[in-house]
Amino acid sequence: MNPTDPTIHRVVSKTLSLFFPFSRLSLDPQQSSLGTQESGNPPMAQEGSVADLQASALAPAPPPPNPRATWEGCSVLLDINDGDRLVFARLSAAATLKIGNKKCSLAPLLGCAFGSLFRVESGPDGPYLARSSPCASVTSGNSMQESEKGDTMEDIRDNRLLIDNNTAQNLSSDDIEAMRREGATGDEIVEALIANSSTFEKKTVYSQEKYKRKKQKKYAPKVLLRRPSARSICETYFKKVPARIGFLRVDTLSLLLSMANVGPYSDILVVDMIGGIVTGAVAERLGGTGYLCSTYFGTAPYPSDIVRMFNFSSETRSRIVHMPFSDLFKSHENSVFPGAELNANAPSMLSESPKYENTVDLSSKPTVEEFDLMEEQSVDNMEASSSPAKNGTEHFVLNPCSSDASACRHESNASVADTPVNKGRQVPAETVALWKRNGFSSLIIAAPESDVGTIVQELLPLLAYSAPFVIYHQYLQPLATCMHKLQSSKMAISLQISEPWLREYQVLPSRTHPLMQMSSFGGYTLSGIRICNSGTVANIVTPK
Amino acid sequence: MLSTDSSKRISFDRLICDEDLVIVYERHDRIKAVKVQKGSVFQNRFGVFKHSDWIGKPFGSKVLSNKGGFVFVLAPTPELWTLVLSHRTQILYLADISFVISYLEVVPGCVVLESGTGSGSLTTSLARAVAPSGHVHTFDFHEQRAALAREDFERNGMSSLITVTVRDIQGEGFPEEFCGAADSVFLDLPQPWLALPSVRRMLKQDGVLCSFSPCIEQVQRSCDVLQSGFTDIRTFEVLLRSYEVREERMMRTEGDQDGDLAGPFSRKRKQRIPHDANNGSGETTTTTTVMARPCREARGHTGYLTFARLACS
Repeated sequence: MNPTDPTIHRVVSKTLSLFFPFSRLSLDPQQSSLGTQESGNPPMAQEGSVADLQASALAPAPPPPNPRATWEGCSVLLDINDGDRLVFARLSAAATLKIGNKKCSLAPLLGCAFGSLFRVESGPDGPYLARSSPCASVTSGNSMQESEKGDTMEDIRDNRLLIDNNTAQNLSSDDIEAMRREGATGDEIVEALIANSSTFEKKTVYSQEKYKRKKQKKYAPKVLLRRPSARSICETYFKKVPARIGFLRVDTLSLLLSMANVGPYSDILVVDMIGGIVTGAVAERLGGTGYLCSTYFGTAPYPSDIVRMFNFSSETRSRIVHMPFSDLFKSHENSVFPGAELNANAPSMLSESPKYENTVDLSSKPTVEEFDLMEEQSVDNMEASSSPAKNGTEHFVLNPCSSDASACRHESNASVADTPVNKGRQVPAETVALWKRNGFSSLIIAAPESDVGTIVQELLPLLAYSAPFVIYHQYLQPLATCMHKLQSSKMAISLQISEPWLREYQVLPSRTHPLMQMSSFGGYTLSGIRICNSGTVANIVTPK
Repeated sequence: MLSTDSSKRISFDRLICDEDLVIVYERHDRIKAVKVQKGSVFQNRFGVFKHSDWIGKPFGSKVLSNKGGFVFVLAPTPELWTLVLSHRTQILYLADISFVISYLEVVPGCVVLESGTGSGSLTTSLARAVAPSGHVHTFDFHEQRAALAREDFERNGMSSLITVTVRDIQGEGFPEEFCGAADSVFLDLPQPWLALPSVRRMLKQDGVLCSFSPCIEQVQRSCDVLQSGFTDIRTFEVLLRSYEVREERMMRTEGDQDGDLAGPFSRKRKQRIPHDANNGSGETTTTTTVMARPCREARGHTGYLTFARLACS
């Protein structure tokens, strides 16, 4: 882990987006077409071809499951210079983002396909984002590889003659400025730098490639438009601010979803104290069916701001319910149910269910127009205005519910009505009654700061018999203790502590090997299956 | 097996019925899938279990044999199915399956293409991920294998989500009807690079491909071919390490008591035991501590997972 200095940037857009609440509703053709108009007439002067590209990319309506193109008000993940910087942004015609020292409008991204690549170019009206063909850059990288293909071992060049005296580059910064004024593209500047480097030809193919990449980052920054999904969001947080998601790596998150049998029409009980990443990932898999009951101990739900990074439809959001454990437990105690009696059907419980508040509207909460994004610069980020502090604290605390967000709100538009976090639709009493009658179909606990042993003992009785459960923790010992407790309580079987191990490879002709740096830890899981432990059978002596 | 079928969903009320598929759990490495049939019996070294005793009990119950032995009868899940299915081929396991589904960004409503079907381990999890409105089209060139897989999916109540077709994807590519229709594609083929030109045509813009190969040479060749038309090409290996947990007793002498032998995270249950009079050095304390260590053996390699996105035109 590289503790770095995270800075918080905000994309501030103006009133326009107020009319388009952040939801997948904006996918309907009417609003999509509006997006087209917007992107067709971006505030920045641009070549017609760019606008055409965007219009054509938008032409087919995005298919339902995974939207393929952006729209007004949609949340996007911007990958700047191959992961150097990762920024969540909410698109609108007025949204801007500072890249390096240049402030660019995000309007050209509206209506574009996810996966589109942009470059920062400078025009007469200042810097702007221009659509660039990913294939072009792929081929440029490719030709490099083609040329070296097969002769990697035979490359006789080495660095014995390279002397580091800062005289290799003949182009001065004034020359570069002049080129820029004359409207040279970033790529042209990079080409000029290579042409004027006296040492470039002497470098090995790899260091030539490295040199080119470095210059490209500086003079022609790339912005890749990515769709926020559980995968990309988890990867982003893990890479930049792992402490905020309890050091949960994407492979571990995937395991949690499998081990808890998360699928449509399930009622999943969740304790998510790691920022909402589990909640978001589960809701994504439910796809607007079933329910996700996010329960909490204490008076307020745990922050789940990460849920807002997803582009959830209103159905999906309506399936996320926050409910205090005391309420779940109270009614559970009164009920004739779990463990005790099987066949009782208890319609009377309907009356017990009090008002449940939830935060299904979390994603529309921040009144949309200001989107606080989690963003930080990595150490080698070019022209980073903030100096990265290597000794920086690992625990990056960003609380969008705090004054930060309200300050931002104030700045952008004072008249915006604020929706409190925890006011949302009520869970229908019948639904709550149903959970109690049927039991939840599975349980996921990610509560690094609580005693998981106690939590699981309290929550297991709420699970249907034979329901799987899984507990995430970044430390082994709490899970070991918990597993031992569960073994002796005879409430669960198939108990297993696992630790996933993930290694990425560089695959290149004659240069294939594991990456030099890897994440050596992504968390532990304890999984198991709840059993029906009626008193009579428990006393039977086992033949073992 | 899936919650999409509300009549089969687990709940406190849901009792085992005749004809149900149950997972008989003896211990973690002795698990079997059994179809409940009134007059039938299940037999293991602990005795004979009558299916009729199971009927009317909730899933997750402990059931007894004629000799007093016991097993648990569980509701099937894709994870349990992976542990019990009959191996007609090498199969994918939990860690790879989970990672593949996350990385392919499979969500309800997606259309996924898969080849080969093999024993249907991944297919079952894919079906859960695309349900209720999506579909998995899976292809295998082995006719009998395809038929057996189809039977399995039928029996597990997944036939509305999965279509099994006999086809040589390496040789013929995916059927043209899926051109531009696939959200994601999964390949587990001996020569995956042969199928890549077809995959490129099948994927939607920005759609994701995963190719599973046990050998690095296969990965190398696939990655060469992926250079054209795909971006974000990444190769991973994912494994699981399991831990065993024991409560161990540790003896130490009085002088040691403040020592940190068990570490700060041990849960100590101290019991003073009367000391042997012959041993003159005072008292001994026995502490029991719950401890964990990795299991001694584990799967060391399954396969390399190569992912790539179809580049935007």
